[in-house]
Amino acid sequence: MSEPYEHHEYDVLIIGAGGAGLRAAIEAKQRGLSVGIVTKSLLGKAHTVMAEGGMAAAMGNVYPEDNWMVHFRDTMRGGKYLNNYRMAELHAKEAPDRVWELEQWGALFDRTTDGKILQRDFGGHRYARLAHVGDRTGLELIRTLQQKVVSLGTDVFMECKVLQLVHDAQGRIAGCVGYWRATGEFVTFQAKTVILATGGIGKSWKITSNSWESTGDGHAMALWAGANLIDMECVQFHPTGMVWPLSVRGLLVTESVRGDGGVLRNSLGERFMFNYVPEMFRAETADSEEEGDRWYDDHSAGRRPPELLPRDEVARAINSEVKAGRGSPHGGVFLDIASRRTPEFIRRRLPSMYHQFMELAGVDITREAMEIGPTCHYMMGGVQVDADSQETVVPGLFAAGEVGGGMHGANRLGGNSLSDLVVFGRRAGIGAAEYITSGQAATAFDQGEVDAAVEAALAPLSREGGENPYDIQHDLQEMMQANVGIIRNAEELAEAAIKLDEFTERVKNISVKGPRVYNPGWNLATDLPAMITVSKSVTLGATLRKESRGGHTREDFPNPSPEFGKINFAQSSDGGAWDSPINVVESPILILPDDLKALLEETK
Amino acid sequence: MAQVTMRVWRGDASGGDFATYNLEQNEGEVVLDVIHRIQATEAPDLACRWNCKAGKCGSCSAEINGKPRLMCMTRMDELPAGPVTVTPMKTFPIIRDLVTDVSFNYVQAAKVPALMPPPMPEGGYRMFQEDVARGQEFRKCIECFMCQDVCHVIRDHEDNKTHYAGPRFFIRYAELEMHPLDQNDRRDFIREEAGLGYCNITKCCTEVCPEHIKITDNAIIPLKERVVDAHYDPVAWLGRKIRRKPKTSALDAAVQPAP
Repeated sequence: MSEPYEHHEYDVLIIGAGGAGLRAAIEAKQRGLSVGIVTKSLLGKAHTVMAEGGMAAAMGNVYPEDNWMVHFRDTMRGGKYLNNYRMAELHAKEAPDRVWELEQWGALFDRTTDGKILQRDFGGHRYARLAHVGDRTGLELIRTLQQKVVSLGTDVFMECKVLQLVHDAQGRIAGCVGYWRATGEFVTFQAKTVILATGGIGKSWKITSNSWESTGDGHAMALWAGANLIDMECVQFHPTGMVWPLSVRGLLVTESVRGDGGVLRNSLGERFMFNYVPEMFRAETADSEEEGDRWYDDHSAGRRPPELLPRDEVARAINSEVKAGRGSPHGGVFLDIASRRTPEFIRRRLPSMYHQFMELAGVDITREAMEIGPTCHYMMGGVQVDADSQETVVPGLFAAGEVGGGMHGANRLGGNSLSDLVVFGRRAGIGAAEYITSGQAATAFDQGEVDAAVEAALAPLSREGGENPYDIQHDLQEMMQANVGIIRNAEELAEAAIKLDEFTERVKNISVKGPRVYNPGWNLATDLPAMITVSKSVTLGATLRKESRGGHTREDFPNPSPEFGKINFAQSSDGGAWDSPINVVESPILILPDDLKALLEETK
Repeated sequence: MAQVTMRVWRGDASGGDFATYNLEQNEGEVVLDVIHRIQATEAPDLACRWNCKAGKCGSCSAEINGKPRLMCMTRMDELPAGPVTVTPMKTFPIIRDLVTDVSFNYVQAAKVPALMPPPMPEGGYRMFQEDVARGQEFRKCIECFMCQDVCHVIRDHEDNKTHYAGPRFFIRYAELEMHPLDQNDRRDFIREEAGLGYCNITKCCTEVCPEHIKITDNAIIPLKERVVDAHYDPVAWLGRKIRRKPKTSALDAAVQPAP
């Protein structure tokens, strides 16, 4: 007994309007396909806008000796070799063209003295490699792509929440069902291909740099629809989030502060990162403050300071300092650029950070140190895809950007996300176009799946006396922060798994008050199934990976293990419902060809 | 703990009224924090937009004590004592509570004649920092649409929305007109379709800009001059000598003034 829903049909339907979704749309549109983009927010507000430091691309504008091979090596080492090597290879090779392409579409990057795109230093990158605009590079990226998408006349469905993917009778992806936030009315999209570009999952943690949108919708919908998720245990906790005042706890402080000369100190004033240099990075890291300081001026005069180790290393070190009682007054450590650079330099290079601390914390970062601590920031894990086409195992379903898995392995380097978005957004657009050309695409969808999704979404509105969705979200965030945070162990993970089953039952008893028109309580009720699904998936992966690698740290297995380094855990849904159990298989990581392997084995 | 009284406009296109909420105010909170606590407790259906909560996305624009502000960047302890009034932006039609229909801005965005650059040379375009800096100021815009909200041309005259783009798009046009690579000519369009002449330079837009973009002085006034100046040459930058200089470090490359 289905209502006659509003209905649209496209060759390519893209869910998500951040960098990956918009770049995929441009590609498909330029190939003559009909393209629709669906976004939960207004166009231009996606989480890409929050990216600050820059996009990594070995253009060699500042250090001519940089090239894709060095970038590839840095990415694989940063990811602790868990990466899909082919994605890391394509990314390193194609990122420069994607940056130059943005410039052709109107982006205005900061310049070198000879008029080229300026590149800045970031953690884990051997050379200054990040194209940037001050500390608002994400805004430049999304605005450029947004303006290009609009100039091509692409259809954009704003403030539309997708609930579920739908299949055809043969199990191919055939579209999706969602609702308009502004009216609460349902809408169906029939499409030959669907590209997921839904971003991350950070909203399931209490301390996070992510916005309300990062509820893992794409991860969860892909799992329910039959795709595999890999590396879900690999969650990045960014070392530098704000810690005070409490209302902004978790808000991102860009890595550019360290790239531009900022250093970390504990309550004793020590640059403690010198005590946390792991063996793997010892040969390329400075062993004295003097050497590190020389490096900022000339990379051939010294090795990189340890503040610019990959993010996983820095986040763990900060965690250890705070635990050892050497933290700042509000439970972080100090990030100091005031004593190292002039106020003019700081204001020009880090205008958003200056503004953010001045307005929200009353701290002048040109005069005082910032208090910072780790914050849940990025999901390395995601939908398992073919590196070249971004196609999943479900025919017609593609995934690009943060929702895709494999590119970053166990830990992402700063700056590799914005370039990931445009490299693999474009490839997903090409992949979708080629899939359509091959003639296998679905032509009708299963109305039964649509009706079931609508019925489930409406249930909380008619239920009396149930729970407030905000209470469940709050408890979920507290629990994930405590049990599946930066440092994990078997006992806490086991407890998390039990609690997640309890949350599942609680979600089935939500009551929502008010109308369907722009009702945030109802919106949250429809986000919670995805939030709980991805939380279960992260917990399951973290339980199985009995080693420490990249963003995944087990205090009961503190070292990396060669055996676990050979596998990704691939998770799939056993039943396809949001509360179905999750199956896991060990998926061997791709074996590197000898020529790429040789790049990793170079010592310098 | 300090107590605060929030008067929040609740309603839809058919009408509405202020609802009053009394709650605690914690140290360092911004208006959006308090709105979120109302949502999480007393009124889970209280509609508001937000995303980044850091002044970067421009979603949470509202009128706080009658002035357009970002809720995420307005600290409670900076507001005068007494009840805090939060209302939706006035210039746009109400959807519900604090959420307005800002589609006017997206209609205007779709009309913008795109950038038209020359083919890219091998190794990328050469542009100098001093030449991109002007456009970069306008590209700081986070599209909060508060400049549109406060602009009298459309705030007080709904019928002008068909032929007036508003300050947000005047800085977009200024950015494109000043873009070192652009070869498109929008001068007639800006005058005839975007309604630049309706702006009478009251600078209300500049005053509310959370990015402190000098909308009137740096965009609208130069744009007005260019639109009427037939002798303006948008590719004057081409005459600039391109001088190569070997860099010594990233820091040098960053801090030295352009040649």
